[in-house]
Amino acid sequence: MAYSDKVLDHYNNPRNVGSLDKSSASVGTGMVGAPECGDVMKLQIRVNEENGIIEDAKFKTFGCGSAIASSSLATEWLKGKTVDEALQIKNTDIVNELSLPPVKIHCSVLAEDAIKAAISDYRNKQGSKAPVAVEQTVA
Amino acid sequence: MKTPIYLDNHATTRMDPRVLDAMMPYFTEYFGNAASRNHEFGWVAEQAVDKARKQIADLIGTTPREIIFTSGATESNNLAIKGVAEMYAEKGNHIITAATEHKAVLDTCKKLEKNGCRVTYLPLKGDGLIDLEMLKESFTDKTILVSIMYANNEIGVIQPIAEIGKMCRERGVLFHTDGVQAIGKVPVNVNTDNIDIMSITAHKLYGPKGVGALYVRRKSPRVQITAQMDGGGHERGMRSGTLNVPGIVGLGEACAIAHREMPEEMTRLRGLRDRLKNKLEAGLDEVFINGSMEHRLPHNLNMSFLYVEGESLLMGINDVAVSSGSACTSATLEPSYVLKALGLGDDLAHSSIRFGIGRFNTEEEIDYVADKLIDVVSKLRELSPLYEMVKEGIDLSTVQWAAH
Repeated sequence: MAYSDKVLDHYNNPRNVGSLDKSSASVGTGMVGAPECGDVMKLQIRVNEENGIIEDAKFKTFGCGSAIASSSLATEWLKGKTVDEALQIKNTDIVNELSLPPVKIHCSVLAEDAIKAAISDYRNKQGSKAPVAVEQTVA
Repeated sequence: MKTPIYLDNHATTRMDPRVLDAMMPYFTEYFGNAASRNHEFGWVAEQAVDKARKQIADLIGTTPREIIFTSGATESNNLAIKGVAEMYAEKGNHIITAATEHKAVLDTCKKLEKNGCRVTYLPLKGDGLIDLEMLKESFTDKTILVSIMYANNEIGVIQPIAEIGKMCRERGVLFHTDGVQAIGKVPVNVNTDNIDIMSITAHKLYGPKGVGALYVRRKSPRVQITAQMDGGGHERGMRSGTLNVPGIVGLGEACAIAHREMPEEMTRLRGLRDRLKNKLEAGLDEVFINGSMEHRLPHNLNMSFLYVEGESLLMGINDVAVSSGSACTSATLEPSYVLKALGLGDDLAHSSIRFGIGRFNTEEEIDYVADKLIDVVSKLRELSPLYEMVKEGIDLSTVQWAAH
């Protein structure tokens, strides 16, 4: 199986690996996937509560190289964006950036779900009036 | 030491240069058709085939006349199972096999089911062994054939072949075994093992691809098989087609070498396998051996590295050729059906690596692979949310996963 150079780069040098304090009100945590499916992504953001800008993002992923690369890339993109801008990130952007083959598109979907789940968690903590709907899909 | 390192010897093996040397003259110099009875070219080819037949027969404890040449184990399995089902259709239509058989057996059985056969797929015990009591209960008065592989290609577990054969013999049921992973690796004897039909292939024992054989017992009981291909009536009418003389010479030579060197080779490969296992177990926590260690091929190891996904693990050891039970590495995107049949759960299958050690592997290679794996698994566990949760004391089975 041939991996794109960008996937290999993220796999070999994953960005922003780690964990943030999930009990903090300024941290949103998204955990998506399931071990039986072969991939679980945990993605966290720390948001500046004054201006809504994502100051830090961390991930941990159990999954194939493309899943690791998708979540690593997502954390890179999240940093510096506002929460609203972050919601604009689409799985297809990840597919294009990493040149993912069709069988790996679900990795990018998972990353988009993880972003939305993290933002939803953050907004719930903030008591926002308009929590983001996270798509509830079942395998 | 050269990379990449080949540790996937259950998939195929490198051909032994001695085998190639034996084959070479039969391409250009002695190119005759073994069925040409009226000239020198044919006689020389026939002599070479006869010699190979004897070499194969010697390895498995039988006589040359009971060896039928084929194109490999897939054909042998098809011929054995379909050939018996067709020949003994009047006697019955029930076949017993196991859930962890090779696809060449399982898909052949599925095809027969469409044609009116009834097939029982035995489940496996957690250690990968057949439950003999369950087998005993599965026989009916319509059972004509039991097909259970000698040793499994993923977990290397060796079945109680002699006992299975004995149960079949007592009931007048034929016993076929797919012997490809065991022949030439561990002692296989069709008489003490009570085998009636056995599939053989050359490329798993350091011989060429595209040639194999089927052992078909001639007496007590005399096994008959309906040919699955029509033609010149070669191989006692069971398998038509001009014999692949160079390939057959290669298979024979591979068997002769295996026969001669088996005691030393088994000891050496078991030593390498145990060295790999011990190093990995010493260097990593949360590893799990899939399948019985006691009833196992000496050169096989199948290990799950918990909380690490198999494909990402293979990416990290890209100068080592092994295979994984992970869904992401399979064409079907399904995790290994063999590991699932052991009741292990998909998460263990996703994290599994199969190591097949072979004749050409060295201690230096084993040490390199062990060190590299320990390094990559440790790195990927730093990345693994599951490992982090387990270390925090969370029981993963209680987590409500947002499955996708």
